[in-house]
Amino acid sequence: MTPPVRIAQLSCGAEYSGIQHEIDDAAREVGGEIFFPDIALKDIRRDFDLFGLDVRSPDLKLAIARAKALVEGRVEADAVFIATCFRCAEAAIVRNELRRYITEQSKLPVVSYSFTERTTSGTLLTRMEALTTIARRRALLARETQQGITLGLDSGSATTKAVVMKDNRIIGTGWQPTTEVLKSANDVIAHALAEAGITRDDVQAVGTTGYGRFLVGKEIKADLIQEELTVNSKGAVYLADRQHGPATVIDIGGMDNKAISVMDGIPGTFTMGGICAGASGRFLEMTSKRLGVDITELGPLAMKGMGAKVPMNSYCIVFGTQSLVNALAAGSTREDVAAAACHSVAEQVFEQQLQEVDIKEPVIMVGGTSLIEGLVFAMGELLQTKVVVPHHSQYIGAVGSALLASGFIKDD
Amino acid sequence: MVKVFIYPATSLILSDMVSRFGHTPLSSAIAVRERIQTAGLESPPLQITPEEPKKGLRWAAVEVPAGVRGRMSLYGPQIEACEAAIIINDADLSFGCMGCARTNELIKFLLRQKDIPKLDLYYPKNEEEGVQFVAAIKRFLDALGGKK
Repeated sequence: MTPPVRIAQLSCGAEYSGIQHEIDDAAREVGGEIFFPDIALKDIRRDFDLFGLDVRSPDLKLAIARAKALVEGRVEADAVFIATCFRCAEAAIVRNELRRYITEQSKLPVVSYSFTERTTSGTLLTRMEALTTIARRRALLARETQQGITLGLDSGSATTKAVVMKDNRIIGTGWQPTTEVLKSANDVIAHALAEAGITRDDVQAVGTTGYGRFLVGKEIKADLIQEELTVNSKGAVYLADRQHGPATVIDIGGMDNKAISVMDGIPGTFTMGGICAGASGRFLEMTSKRLGVDITELGPLAMKGMGAKVPMNSYCIVFGTQSLVNALAAGSTREDVAAAACHSVAEQVFEQQLQEVDIKEPVIMVGGTSLIEGLVFAMGELLQTKVVVPHHSQYIGAVGSALLASGFIKDD
Repeated sequence: MVKVFIYPATSLILSDMVSRFGHTPLSSAIAVRERIQTAGLESPPLQITPEEPKKGLRWAAVEVPAGVRGRMSLYGPQIEACEAAIIINDADLSFGCMGCARTNELIKFLLRQKDIPKLDLYYPKNEEEGVQFVAAIKRFLDALGGKK
């Protein structure tokens, strides 16, 4: 039996928020085991002083001392989970600094998270899965070329995508909005196979990712069922041909967003989520509906407008929509409103998520929203860099799955 | 006999002193051990659930972090029930320690708001201050009356 991945927890408030068992459950579900680095009282005083961040909360001092023990090798771990209360400014500073400190000073994969009493193991599952994958499957993630014939399927919250690859080339694709999870998956697979001109029997290995990965993976007997953080990272650097060195991957999804700091195709730090749908692809979908254009036309429309002319803050999707309606009622042009909506979503992601990962160039945008050029432009402006959008970026999860699945092809 | 809330609520020494002077200590009474293998310095009993931060809304609003509200669900009722309070500021970790500075600020504020006998002093830094520290607590508890 494979030993569990030992995940060191550095936290403040998880027990009193009543969610410690949710963290434990999420880790257990993906073959991990949470533990608290064992340190002495005298170490807390010494290590906290040495670290130099003068916080008041004793549990944050304890977290700092534990981080130092991990970095200095006094306590052994495979990965680190940093969690503090949402809305605590002091804890947010410590969380960020510890994440940065551990990433810079060690090779330990780190996930940081701010929780409320409503946090569930389901919310944490993908993050924990990514953490254990990075710790346990480095060899698999090191794959740089696709071999044989493989199928990748991304069962996302908004859309389902499939890709067939053969000898390092994409030969078939399928895409449709997610309705019934299994039906959508079967439809896109059929489309991708038809486009590739092959049958299911020709496929040598299959990988699934996305929200429906477990259900679909079981149904289609996938060789690899993998969360989207590691899969998308691999897919992004593969498609952008930046497999070596640092990169930052941004995926603004239909339900949540991912910002991943990558080194040699392997995620280092990442954030996942967003405060509200106002910072997701959903808001852009609503905007295009209100403007009476197809989502594919929103990007070109936004490129013709000036976002700064329209005050818009989609921190909340309801207020964001209100701003949108008000702006149109006040006579703003559709182009300006489209540009403002793109800027607002990019700004939310920039403010809420990109501050928690170290932005390193190239910045690669992937997922369906990367095709909205107004959004890509807004993100580039905020980051003061040229954002890379690789070909087939909307199929990122499926491509990453197909690429990694080729590691499961059995030799005849 | 008087119900005395002690801060830090985890201080066994303070809890013991209050008992010895015939009063009832209101505290979490969890030992701070030499080695810490739990999540926090004052890891709570296991029955803390996501319901506790909701009960804590009585003392702290919803924008206050869940960890503060969860703690207040335990300490809030004790603060309301107490008839006297001892507050030790800047205590050493080994004396008794509560993990969240924001909760600590709120607890001390709520105690100071109450019209009850209070002893509000700093943790001693040397032996001389230590003697005065113990004497001050003794005088305070004596003045509260109660059976020795």
